[in-house]
Amino acid sequence: MEDLIIIGAAPAGLTAGLYAARARLNTILLEKLSPGGQLITTDLVENYPGFPEGISGFELVDRMKRQVEKFELEIRNQEVVRLELNKGKKVIVTDREEFESKALILACGATPRKLGIQGEAIFTGKGVSYCATCDGPFYRDQEVAVIGGGDTAVEEALFLTRFASKVHIVHRRDELRATRLLQERGLASEKIAFIWDTIPTRITGSTAVEGVDLKNVKTGKEFHLPVEGVFAFIGYSPNNDLVEGQLELDEYGFVLTNNDMETSVPGVFAAGDIRSKLLRQVSTAVGEGATAAFAAERYIESLETG
Amino acid sequence: MADLLQVTDDSFDDEIINSDMPVMVDFWAEWCGPCKMVGPVVEELAQEYEGKIKIAKMDVDKNRQTPVRFGIRNIPTLIMFKGGEVVRTIVGAQTKNQLDEELKKLL
Repeated sequence: MEDLIIIGAAPAGLTAGLYAARARLNTILLEKLSPGGQLITTDLVENYPGFPEGISGFELVDRMKRQVEKFELEIRNQEVVRLELNKGKKVIVTDREEFESKALILACGATPRKLGIQGEAIFTGKGVSYCATCDGPFYRDQEVAVIGGGDTAVEEALFLTRFASKVHIVHRRDELRATRLLQERGLASEKIAFIWDTIPTRITGSTAVEGVDLKNVKTGKEFHLPVEGVFAFIGYSPNNDLVEGQLELDEYGFVLTNNDMETSVPGVFAAGDIRSKLLRQVSTAVGEGATAAFAAERYIESLETG
Repeated sequence: MADLLQVTDDSFDDEIINSDMPVMVDFWAEWCGPCKMVGPVVEELAQEYEGKIKIAKMDVDKNRQTPVRFGIRNIPTLIMFKGGEVVRTIVGAQTKNQLDEELKKLL
């Protein structure tokens, strides 16, 4: 039996792994892809302390990965398909193996939320995107729409201005939710136009995206915006498939924990974007990962002392 | 990465369209984080399917014609070919398991 299994190798999971490895817990970190999670799609991280010039998401992940490797954390490239979360031992079934552990840290993250409108699914890969850093360069000298008004929407819109001739930010409110600094940059950009109080209702096109139908939520007026790309950044859905029905979740499906990151099942902890919380950032994820690992260590010790 | 077949606009028809074996092409670019997450998985699969399915990569930054030809606007995109015809297009990062399932169907 392992002491600890961690699921997910992004900032929360890698930090939990760092602390667990240094605590000499017998730990395995499971990751279905390569390490990185959503951070890997971030062009430049400017709000993680210690990097005054900013650092690319890819570089930051790479550094975190090298750091855990230094302390000999075992990372296995496996996808977890089923969990049995009991008060006693935790059972973790992957596509290749079955593990038992005393404690478990869920750092499974979250996934960009879908718009849930007509045309979205069929045009994914043909003009609908959730990753500006991946797909932005395909839109050189073209017009694109960004849906959303938070940090990610504005950051990605600013990134897209490097390629697109015009970026239309479509936001359902009449003001942005993004951090003030990002708002200032977005409003100052000559390439960014804002369409306020408006939601998308349908993505149109024949073989690829040719436009998006919009609706003003205040006036009810419907209109069409011709664009070649639609980038959706309207928030995140928790990657909670493995734990639904086993753990207490909030109304949006994020995992509820106490201050020590412990979930409703003793010995099961959660850290990072999958957790129910106010702010989803690298800086919050790493703190939670550290806390979860420390709490897991104490939990394991309590089992041993009875 | 070095030994995985890298195709270009010039070599695409010879290597992919006219291939006797089924083929999977991983369209990627240096700028794309998720592509780097998929890369190692594609390389592992290339070894496992050696002699059965040809697995290649194309850098869309250096090759602009082929992505346009197949209407690629998101990366990573993986396209599977059989007898020169597109049989499946997969958009976005996938796990090894998911790709393995798709490759089995291609055999």
